[in-house]
Amino acid sequence: MARIDVLMPQMGESIAEGTLSKWLKKVGDPVKRDEPIFEISTDKVDAEIPAPTAGVLAEILVTEGQTVPVQTLVARIETEAGAAVAAPAAPAPPPAPAPAPAPKPVPTAAPASAAPVVAPPASRPASEPTGDESLEDRLRRKSTPVVRRMVAEHGLDLAAIPGTGMAGRVTKHDVISYLEQAPAPASPAPARPSPAASPTPASIPIGGGVQVIPGPVVEPWEGDKVEPWSRIRKLTADHMIMSRRVSPHVSSLIEIDYTRVAQLRAKRKAEFADRGVNLTFLAFVAKSVAGALRNHPVVNAAVMGEATLLRREINLGIAVALDWGLIVPVIRRADELSLIGVARAIQDLADRARSKKLTPDEVQKGTFTITNPGVFGTMVGLPIINQPQAAILAVGAIEKQPAVVAQPDGTDAIGIRTKGILAMSFDHRIVDGADADRFLAEVRRGLHEFADNA
Amino acid sequence: MTQVTYLEAIRDGLREEMERDDRVFMMGEDIGNYGGAFKVTEGFQARFGAERVIDTPISEVAIVGAAAGAAHMGLRPVCEMQFIDFLSCAYSILTNYVATARYRADLKTPMVVRGPCGGYVRGGPFHSQNPEAAYLHTPGLKIVAPATARDAKGLIKAAIRDDDPVLYFEHKFLYRRIKEDLPDGEDIVTPIGEARLAREGAHLTVVTYSAMVFKALEAAEVLAKEGISLEVLDLRTLLPFDEDAIVASVKKTNRALIVHEDTRTGGIAGEITARINERCFEWLDAPVRRVCAHDVPLPYAPTLEDFVLPQTDDIVKAARWMVAY
Repeated sequence: MARIDVLMPQMGESIAEGTLSKWLKKVGDPVKRDEPIFEISTDKVDAEIPAPTAGVLAEILVTEGQTVPVQTLVARIETEAGAAVAAPAAPAPPPAPAPAPAPKPVPTAAPASAAPVVAPPASRPASEPTGDESLEDRLRRKSTPVVRRMVAEHGLDLAAIPGTGMAGRVTKHDVISYLEQAPAPASPAPARPSPAASPTPASIPIGGGVQVIPGPVVEPWEGDKVEPWSRIRKLTADHMIMSRRVSPHVSSLIEIDYTRVAQLRAKRKAEFADRGVNLTFLAFVAKSVAGALRNHPVVNAAVMGEATLLRREINLGIAVALDWGLIVPVIRRADELSLIGVARAIQDLADRARSKKLTPDEVQKGTFTITNPGVFGTMVGLPIINQPQAAILAVGAIEKQPAVVAQPDGTDAIGIRTKGILAMSFDHRIVDGADADRFLAEVRRGLHEFADNA
Repeated sequence: MTQVTYLEAIRDGLREEMERDDRVFMMGEDIGNYGGAFKVTEGFQARFGAERVIDTPISEVAIVGAAAGAAHMGLRPVCEMQFIDFLSCAYSILTNYVATARYRADLKTPMVVRGPCGGYVRGGPFHSQNPEAAYLHTPGLKIVAPATARDAKGLIKAAIRDDDPVLYFEHKFLYRRIKEDLPDGEDIVTPIGEARLAREGAHLTVVTYSAMVFKALEAAEVLAKEGISLEVLDLRTLLPFDEDAIVASVKKTNRALIVHEDTRTGGIAGEITARINERCFEWLDAPVRRVCAHDVPLPYAPTLEDFVLPQTDDIVKAARWMVAY
């Protein structure tokens, strides 16, 4: 009879905390070894976490929606023998009062654990804030002493200051930035002119967050529903603002005649299906893009300070829309794959993104991104660059269209062609219009002349 | 200028004081003819004679007791512990007798007890200890722990000239690894009770001493590349430590990380944390944290010793966490 600790796992080298997004088991449920017991969402990826041992889920110490540092005690599993479950007062929050855990050796540099250690004696009504408040809200409110002193000195409202610390906590640096930026409290104008130059790395706060321009104050009307942002929503929002501010976006559009690709696809679809791969137009586009990037390194690049970093590897990010947000898994060294290899990689990454089985490494180190709004019939979209890359390509809807076709005898006729638009947004700091257009022309040529056996 | 090691700096300081003041004499195990286990007193017996450089029996309590009596009678003894780990053999006479003499009987006890401390040398549990916390709790003692050659010399001279008993902890890992150019002919005396700013920084103060000063400086180099600027404060004196310097630095950087090689529980970092809370709580922008050795006797095995003792990377990680807090 033993209780085995279940900890918030470290899902990658640089990850400090994770949000417990969903419990898949209840207290008292039997669990098998390696059976998923909860879902987490980190900066990089969503994942199901398996049970470290078989037994009965005895205690749940972190509730859904809480964000806790890695290595935080999340639950305990009672192994076979003594399956006496600590009778939980209620199904979930607040966490069942855990008996103070046996002292464990604390790693020298362990961050202070956010896990509740000793809960107040059973069932104390009121006094506790309601369960609606997230851990992030509480952390934001729990300002550090120096922040509290500065806020009081300057008569500020803590909630109005954008925070860059852990879980959005307002740091001293945030207060200083806020004081520097907000000249007159009277001015109601919501849009403050953004600084002329995009923030250089040196001016980004050391907390690593994005400086958010306060938006208009919005209040719900009767009947409205408020949906607090999930972690992935918040990260997406921050990333989009950052990208728009960091990179001067320019977009170029090019029309592609997919007729030949459509014929090839029709011819080889069954063969690919036999090998378990769905052959999509996207696979052809990805294959052409990967090949063209090799000849246009500036499009497969990043800005590093005042230098252009030309990536040796061609790692294609493929944006996957999920019910709960957007994720961009990466095909490493895509230029070294055949058509079926690219198609299989796209299918595999998309499947695993939907089933939350991606590893953090599979969403990192992209060098160029393709997004595919055309699947919904959109003619094309103008995407925002996935930082720190130089460009992103959107694939528009591919449809049969009437077109002018040159006849063998030199005359023109109206024919039926399969066509669509590719749109690329690029960072004009390093990619000029001519670079982008030459690259797009090569992608188009690749698709028009796609090899039979690629 | 002459380049000297940390060890040579201690030797030079001892020799200069013995030349300057003939009341200064030394006692210890094998310090005379043999020159000491680490050769700190090499040549001293030939130079100053067996009456001033005395080989003793293997009894730390006898050495400290005899020194206390000599100090009361007007001499200025310097005792060597072959390893500072064995200072605990003289714990009672140091804490009950020596530390209280001035208060009880208005007796001056100008004596120094010095010896090699510290790990990173694969010395195991009996030859690697950092016992400062055991004596920190005793009013009446002073404790110094130099990191640089300059302070190794300056503090041994200051300790010998002090009218109160001073424990002088010299780090054996630094003995021959630290080399500095020191000016010839300067009477270097480091005031007891004053910290030294080893590196100026903006984002986080590392409060540390002895060999950990160098780990902290290494961490500062790593973090500088990430835009994080560490201030490193070398305490030099542990009792009474320089509270004003700590407070001034924390008020500037708003974050304090305390690093010591001694084990965590009951270590000096806990006391420093308490002082920070008492004096500058309202300036903190992150919890005060510690990087210390794990609470175990120090293992012999190199891999285990490396794991137990604080490493540069531990400081880097703790600092990153605090700056992001």
